[in-house]
Amino acid sequence: MLSNYVIRRLVFMIPTLLAISIVSFGIVQLPPGDFLDTYISTLEADGGDISGIEIENLKKRYRLDEPVVVQYWQWITGIVFAGDFGWSFQYQRPVSDVLWDRVGLTFAISLASLVFVYVVAFPIGVYSAVKKYSVGDYAFTFLGFLGLAIPNFLLALILMYGALTFFGQSVGGLFSPEFAEAPWSWARFWDLMAHIWIPVIIIGTASTAGLIRIMRANLADELNKPYVETARAKGVSEGRLLMRYPVRLALNPFVSQVGWELPSLVSGAAITSIVLNLPTTGPVLLIALKSQDMYLAGSFIMILSILTVIGTLVSDLLLAWLDPRIRYK
Amino acid sequence: MDRSLSDADSAVSVLPQRAEPAGDVVLEVRNLSTEFSLRTGVLKAVDDISFTLRRGETLCIVGESGSGKSVTARSILRIVQSPGRVTAGEILLHGVGGDAARTVDMAKLDSRGSEVRSIRGKEISMIFQEPMSSLSPVHKIGFQIDEALKLHTDLDKKDRRTRTIALLRRVEIPDPETTVDRYPFEYSGGMRQRAMIAMALACNPSVLIADEPTTALDVTTQAEILDLIKELQTDFGMAVIFITHDMGVVAEIADTVCVMRHGAMVESGPVGALFKNPQHPYSRMLIGSALRLERPAELRLSRPRIDEHKPPILRVENLEKDFAAHKGFFRRTQSVVRAVADVSLQLREGENLGIVGESGSGKTTLGRCLLRMIEPTAGSVFYRRPDGSEVDISCVGRAELRQIYREIRMIFQDPFGSLNPRMTIEQIVGEPLLMMGWKPKAVRERVVELMERVDLKATFLERYPHAFSGGQRQRISIARALAPSPRVIVADEATSALDVSLRAQVLDLLLSLQAQMNLSFLFISHDISVIRYFCDRVAVMYRGEIVEIGDALAVCDNPQHAYTKALLSAVPRPDPTQRRIHERHRYVASG
Amino acid sequence: MTVSDSADRLPPGRPGDGGVPVTAARGADYASQWQLMWWRFKRHRLAVISVLVVLGIYLVAIFAEFLAPLPPNQTSTRHTYAPPQAVGFLVPGENGGTRFQPHVTGYKVEIDPIAIRRTFVPDDTRIIPIGFFVTSDPYLLLGFIPLETKFIGPVNKGDPFYLLGADRLGRDMLSRIVHGARVSMSIGLVGVFVSLFVGVLLGGISGYYGGLVDDAIQRTIEFLKAIPTIPLWMGLAAAIPQNWSPLMVYFLITVLISLIGWTSLAREVRGRFLSMKTEDFVAAAKLDGAGEVRIILRHMAPSFLSHIIATLTLAIPTMILAETALSFLGIGLRPPVVSWGVLLQEAQNVRAVATAPWLLLPGLSVVVAVLSLNFLGDGMRDAADPYAD
Repeated sequence: MLSNYVIRRLVFMIPTLLAISIVSFGIVQLPPGDFLDTYISTLEADGGDISGIEIENLKKRYRLDEPVVVQYWQWITGIVFAGDFGWSFQYQRPVSDVLWDRVGLTFAISLASLVFVYVVAFPIGVYSAVKKYSVGDYAFTFLGFLGLAIPNFLLALILMYGALTFFGQSVGGLFSPEFAEAPWSWARFWDLMAHIWIPVIIIGTASTAGLIRIMRANLADELNKPYVETARAKGVSEGRLLMRYPVRLALNPFVSQVGWELPSLVSGAAITSIVLNLPTTGPVLLIALKSQDMYLAGSFIMILSILTVIGTLVSDLLLAWLDPRIRYK
Repeated sequence: MDRSLSDADSAVSVLPQRAEPAGDVVLEVRNLSTEFSLRTGVLKAVDDISFTLRRGETLCIVGESGSGKSVTARSILRIVQSPGRVTAGEILLHGVGGDAARTVDMAKLDSRGSEVRSIRGKEISMIFQEPMSSLSPVHKIGFQIDEALKLHTDLDKKDRRTRTIALLRRVEIPDPETTVDRYPFEYSGGMRQRAMIAMALACNPSVLIADEPTTALDVTTQAEILDLIKELQTDFGMAVIFITHDMGVVAEIADTVCVMRHGAMVESGPVGALFKNPQHPYSRMLIGSALRLERPAELRLSRPRIDEHKPPILRVENLEKDFAAHKGFFRRTQSVVRAVADVSLQLREGENLGIVGESGSGKTTLGRCLLRMIEPTAGSVFYRRPDGSEVDISCVGRAELRQIYREIRMIFQDPFGSLNPRMTIEQIVGEPLLMMGWKPKAVRERVVELMERVDLKATFLERYPHAFSGGQRQRISIARALAPSPRVIVADEATSALDVSLRAQVLDLLLSLQAQMNLSFLFISHDISVIRYFCDRVAVMYRGEIVEIGDALAVCDNPQHAYTKALLSAVPRPDPTQRRIHERHRYVASG
Repeated sequence: MTVSDSADRLPPGRPGDGGVPVTAARGADYASQWQLMWWRFKRHRLAVISVLVVLGIYLVAIFAEFLAPLPPNQTSTRHTYAPPQAVGFLVPGENGGTRFQPHVTGYKVEIDPIAIRRTFVPDDTRIIPIGFFVTSDPYLLLGFIPLETKFIGPVNKGDPFYLLGADRLGRDMLSRIVHGARVSMSIGLVGVFVSLFVGVLLGGISGYYGGLVDDAIQRTIEFLKAIPTIPLWMGLAAAIPQNWSPLMVYFLITVLISLIGWTSLAREVRGRFLSMKTEDFVAAAKLDGAGEVRIILRHMAPSFLSHIIATLTLAIPTMILAETALSFLGIGLRPPVVSWGVLLQEAQNVRAVATAPWLLLPGLSVVVAVLSLNFLGDGMRDAADPYAD
């Protein structure tokens, strides 16, 4: 039963992935002109000159003279069959050289934020639902609303400002200077852990607030369900009853929310990274978009989207595992 | 008020079928009160009630909606939800833990404490009305039964499983070794209630509280569950508190009866005495309403015979409706459910034709197909216009259908769902007239007239549906149905959501309207007594087919088809001297 | 009509908590849904306060020119990063006493010898009298009403008046925030209306027709929701040519933001539509002879209108946040347009923030606006179904 469900979900993903690749490539094609135009105008602004033949050569080399559909076809087949994401004009390196490290860190931050969000939202949500309309509930609700109202980047700015004025230090970056370019090691990993919590809190705040509200509303509903009464009539203690029945049921919508939280966390990571200047996709994507470094920008958007869709799939499977009613449908 | 139960012993002898000796007292409830502190004030849900329960006894607490009978049950177990709490009285449980001398006052215990928990599920168990929602949907049946054993016994895991399977087998769940690992949604309604019972009996409680355990079930399933409870009661030697609104069930199973109204106990006593000679006017009214529905309505018997030679006003021929079920990988149509299969019937002018059947029998689908609210798959529905010409509803165009909708009207089951809460009564009742192009002033006059016809005040016009009770709402629905002066009314379970006292009133209203307005009724119901009271003829549906059709009294008193026999014999009658459910016919469909 | 017509219906074991006191007040019998909703809404005190705050902000946005002491883009090189001025009410009188005169103090510029930069010190000798309804340079309120009076400002036209400080180019922060309110708050509203149109249209189609159309629209929504919005927006916003007029950019950014906003609305509409299609009162309306349009508008729409309004209200803050984020990144609205996001661009450099923390004040207005809109929407959502308990 379960495998049937998994297969169906996997098959349905194929058109989604295809659509993502088209949209990603389409978006970076939207601006008038291409990277060469930007490149030439920068060159000319610096007083340089470039001949028509050179331009033609460059166009040929980067296949910019071919129709968009052909460009897309070559790009996507390159990715699927050779893992080749194209050439970054900006970095003068293959896109995949720039891509993976940064995508990896982006997802490390996003996943860490996801864990943070759930670990914080779960107990608060349960507390708020059980002690509905208590002082604590009101306090958390207000904090939650506040968290929803403060944009990520503003929170980042305030934290940076606070750290700078009160501690005289900068909180940007994911690594200490000595580890910035170092190869991966345990020491570098621990250094990452020491830095990652600041962006994680910044990125996670809004989602945490949202999830607390979801947990609170769902659990408050479940608490009034007849099966709770059945369990109580059986003689189950209140604490055990709460965790085993209503919380277990309220967990389903809570978990299914992963699919919606992940995209927003990835979004939050992008913008927060730009403010905090983290070595993730955000800053590079912004520059690539501005300079029309199309393969780089397109690949970034595509990979971020695809990984998010996969994350959503995982959360759906998790939900099916949690809830027999979905699995047997 | 508190009629003493001292004559309970002599009560037993009133019952010819049973002569069990009265056992020891297991539960005494004295002057129990439960209050809810609401924003609008304090509500006394249970007001100073007392009763005594003996081993092996069945006590029925009977009352209509809002009488406080369910809160009483929850008060005994101390599981009343906030903001409700037990404010006064004693709940004395004797013989706790098998020690005859030990008595615990449940009312004094902390409702969240360990003492009260050691009693719940072990000494006193409870089963609930909705077996689906009362079981956790994400835990296996076995797990939920096992939990009770784990809490109250020292058995190890393996023994608990053996006992769980034995319990499931005891409540006649087929193939318990595998079904123990199924989820509630894989069980049928009756099986779920059986599983609930198995769970409640897991630790051999001395008291079982059953809160309307059969209300959500079909009548044949109800009979099985009632049978099972009786059987287990004898086996386990339990006392049972059975909460119900159904006087038939009371008469069928009770030893002693408590009648509740507005939180107070108006009368209590042995079942035979109570039915024979009720003291309180409210009990008289309850029993009277139930007994009244055991006979055909006087209004109906007094009217002239229907001319059988006149052509029928509605003629259904070979009607069929299939529903496609989508399953599997690409959600293709994999199986077809035949909801209505080859149904033919005729409704004569001025006649009341009943369609009776259990849930899933296709009776509601049939009703909706007649009016094309669901498109039938095959067959015809011929309607005879006032001028004598016939038209096939199943294939007329939109304009024609609209015209027919003025002449054939519908009354729905749910008095809450069928009235738009956002429209005033005038707007609701006047809508069909407005659609016919009436002027607002004329509409208003007509609505006032209709309101008077259904015994509602004309001053109600500006109000919204939320201002009315269930019975009043159903009258409003009737007024809406009557607005365009129809000739045929399809009533789909029109009285099922109403308390028994209101049921007969609404039926009488329909009958008097029929006489005034020359109506024909197609009356869909699962309730035999309503059919017997209201209908001239009845068609019995089972799995989409009509298995028997004929004169209502003849079918009810002398059914021919095996299914009809089973159905009718499963209906509890409000007469404690004629208990017969356990002698009922059983019907197993072939194929 | 006598016996046990139990108007006091109670669900077993749990009397209706917190519902509308249906039987308590006779007036409730005649109350329409909007009346009931209003009674419910009033119980949510924070939401009621938020209504006032939101109204206030929108009033500020409408009368921005009148309320702002200075034009938003008027620079003053002498007041780069000038700090907020303190307001005083009493000044020394001629004969040693004090007299009432609302005022701010002027600035004295000192050169910090270590950092070698200018710092502003309040100059107690320079009293700048301020007042309400002062004369100013002529301007057009809302672009067409000529006026020469400002709500508040220095009595002597041209005196430095920076209640909330000045930015890098010596522009008055207060005036910029007031003008920013107009763009930021209106982009939320306009965006919501675009979302409303698309969402109700597609959601309605999806719910009404079902089948293949429904499937296609649902898959599209899932697809749009699964893509991380910021990268998507960044990609789309970067595609807006640099040389387009501010108005076009404003319009395009609004459309971009609505691109995501309509999805939740469409789901809401579809869900309501589907659940209502099976309601008995809708079936009854059909049997009453009402046509499709009348069923939808007269019988169904009133039931979900309130929910849609609540969802819309909750969508406005997300749009405001989106605009702020995009403009902050430099790919949304661009100067000389003044929005809160554009203003926050000035705060991108943390060193600048350290020198002039008041650059973060536009952020505060974002938070206040979003917070009160969220409270408001939350209160509306709670009140949206007055018949549910």
